[in-house]
Amino acid sequence: MTDAAHPVLEARGIVKIFGQHRALDGVNFAVRAGEVHALLGENGAGKSTLIKILTGAYQPDGGDILLEGAPVRFTDPLNAQGSGIGTVYQEVNLLPNRSVAENLFLGRQPTRFGLVQRKSIVTQAAALMATYGLDIDVRAELGSYSVAVQQIVAIARAVELSGKVLVLDEPTASLDRNEVDKLFDVVRSLKARGLGIIFITHFLDQVFAVSDRVTILRNGQLIGTRDLSTVTATEVVRMMLGKDLAYAHAAPPVDEAAKGPVKVTFTGLGRAGRVAPFTLSLHAGEVVGVAGLLGSGRTEMARLMFGVDTADEGETIVDGRPVRVRNPAQAVAAGFGFCPEDRKLDGIFGELSVRENIIIALQAKLGWFRALHRDEQDEIAGRYADDLDIRAANHDMPVKLLSGGNQQKVILARWLANDPTFLILDEPTRGIDVGAHAEIVRTINRLREEGLALLVISSELDEVVAYSNRVVVMRDRKMVAELHGADITPAVIVAAIADNTLTTEPVT
Amino acid sequence: MKRQALTSALLRPQFAALAAVLFINWLLFPGFFTVTWQDGRFFGSLLDVLNRGAPVAILAIGVTAVIATKGVDLSVGAVMAISGAVAAVMVSTGTPAAIAIPVALLAGLICGFWNGVLVTYLDIQPIIATLVLMVAGRGLAQLITEGSIVTFSDPVLSYIGTGALFGLPMPVVIAFVLMIVTTIAVRRTALGLLIEAVGVNRSAARFAGISSRLLLLLVYSFAGFCAAIAGLVVAGDIRGADANNAGLWLELDAILAVVLGGTSLLGGRFSIPMSVVGALIIQAMNTGILISGFSPQFNLVVKSAVIILILVLQSPQAGQWLSRRFTPLTPPPKRSAK
Repeated sequence: MTDAAHPVLEARGIVKIFGQHRALDGVNFAVRAGEVHALLGENGAGKSTLIKILTGAYQPDGGDILLEGAPVRFTDPLNAQGSGIGTVYQEVNLLPNRSVAENLFLGRQPTRFGLVQRKSIVTQAAALMATYGLDIDVRAELGSYSVAVQQIVAIARAVELSGKVLVLDEPTASLDRNEVDKLFDVVRSLKARGLGIIFITHFLDQVFAVSDRVTILRNGQLIGTRDLSTVTATEVVRMMLGKDLAYAHAAPPVDEAAKGPVKVTFTGLGRAGRVAPFTLSLHAGEVVGVAGLLGSGRTEMARLMFGVDTADEGETIVDGRPVRVRNPAQAVAAGFGFCPEDRKLDGIFGELSVRENIIIALQAKLGWFRALHRDEQDEIAGRYADDLDIRAANHDMPVKLLSGGNQQKVILARWLANDPTFLILDEPTRGIDVGAHAEIVRTINRLREEGLALLVISSELDEVVAYSNRVVVMRDRKMVAELHGADITPAVIVAAIADNTLTTEPVT
Repeated sequence: MKRQALTSALLRPQFAALAAVLFINWLLFPGFFTVTWQDGRFFGSLLDVLNRGAPVAILAIGVTAVIATKGVDLSVGAVMAISGAVAAVMVSTGTPAAIAIPVALLAGLICGFWNGVLVTYLDIQPIIATLVLMVAGRGLAQLITEGSIVTFSDPVLSYIGTGALFGLPMPVVIAFVLMIVTTIAVRRTALGLLIEAVGVNRSAARFAGISSRLLLLLVYSFAGFCAAIAGLVVAGDIRGADANNAGLWLELDAILAVVLGGTSLLGGRFSIPMSVVGALIIQAMNTGILISGFSPQFNLVVKSAVIILILVLQSPQAGQWLSRRFTPLTPPPKRSAK
């Protein structure tokens, strides 16, 4: 084990240039053995570029990398892994259709006479998982386990293959709270084993929960490295944004009287096995927040409303008239819009341009033969891109090159271009940086003022509280509560989710 | 602006490849570019490339849209045999061509529609769904011709394969018109964009309210329709329907033409004219090897070598490597992003 004061992996004066853009400008970064070092910054700050350089995916244009004090040059991620640096990404990139044991030993199966020793793999894998506190059947397919277990398997594999430094790139983005705790137990045990752990996340509370030090980047520059015992969350946010956020979404309480007439009503809408029948009306100029844990049926509810899944009972009423919503095309025709939770899978068309991504829903609504002329496309894309402050070099670049926050705004723009009456946002701020986060919250408030009916699903209660007129709570695939006015506080929502009578325990 | 777009289009590697192949043909056979006028039409090796390349070009036009949706159609060769068989049997038993031709085209349309139903409603992977018709279709064609080569002397049908219009061979005219009409149909309407959207991300397309099923049915039906046209051209050319050999392996040439034309097998961006250029590259190579006097056995080897070369030139990695080689390494001075 290395001396705690001496870094196991160090980057000195790293410079990386893409075209005319300095993605990293003289950045220093060091992780010690036996510490968890959080790396923070808004999207575009240079976090992923730095990680890619440390793990050999990119070559730096300047500066040095030192491993245990000796200069090294990683030619590719495999090379870095061989030298002791392992990486686990947000999306687990293992083989879901192979067993846990096979995933752990893929590429280094113990063999005898050239044949894989299956039994030995299974026993070794079970022993390995036990050291991570997981008692699971390692012969079962990896894909049959929760994302949290898959993450831990990925971590175990990375640690086995490398063993000095572990990079965790947003590992908690798709986990619920219990799973995050389980993951953090694993992280702490690895820290105790003397690994240097680099932890990237968007969640500040998680940074404070598990990390020892934090390094903050902004616009490719090193802002600073701090001991987390000496800084507060506000200071960290200020360093990230370079300004006082002043809690932009601690808005004045929502004015209940401002809302308009009922726009959309769902009566007894339900689908066996997915969501129990629920009834909900949304007014013009109203935001209804949806709270609930992962798997509580909150996303399933939105999918039924939008016709992604077909309801087997109940009806949808728009402006007093029943409408048929059996598929998303009919939902769009009824004036609905839906920003799905999984942007990459269900939202963006990665290869298509920003412009095309914005006009696509409008074009789908207009039909095959009423094509939007190029000038009209430019005008619409330009208008909504300005409106939502979408930052793209130009509107002809593939949308996949934008940051997560900007991609989310592109999808939002797509629906706004369609002039909807009812908009569903499923986790609109998940996985995007603090700045874009605040902008999305502002946009939600603005759309409400403009008279839209909005349904916003979010697991960030502070946020739900800030913009909702009403909050419905989902639990076990049922709508279990509807909160109004003064009841809309994180404490009450948590109580409703947990089915407790209200306690005064602080939330978060 | 327009001129710039045209120049950049002409600078694509496909045109360079076509020019290179034609140039080599000229080196091998100096009379390659000689075109003569005789009996009211043009003759020459160049015309031959266009004429022989027409069936694959016609197939490629249909297959391009399928591939753009992230699908593939292996059945177009068999559908050619079916349409040729239908037309040949009908005219040889006395049905006028004016009826036989639409019926043959309809047969192709139905075949394509069948593929579309398998892919969209039964959710079978396109490669398997169309493999069914690739195998069964040829059997179907043999049943229609009752196992023999059906010959005919119908003037209209043979005009499609061997006639000339404006001095150009009829197959060339058909392929050209089909290319123009299809390109206009997909680019002047929203079809092109919607097809690309479905190909890039079918799930996101669904969320955006695109009815991808209807679109996929249309695309597969159109591929069947194009295959039927190609089948008529080939039948007309030999004045007969050979269910065993008509269009045999041409589905692979068609897919290759599409890929050479720059449409990814992963779906997304597509260009119908570039697929036609791809078909011409393939035919120019075939013709070159034939006229150079090499034994036809060389054909496949040379063809694959050229194809590898073109695909390498198209790969993003090669592009990056080339741009790194030929642009100065030092970046221009940094400007603030304001």
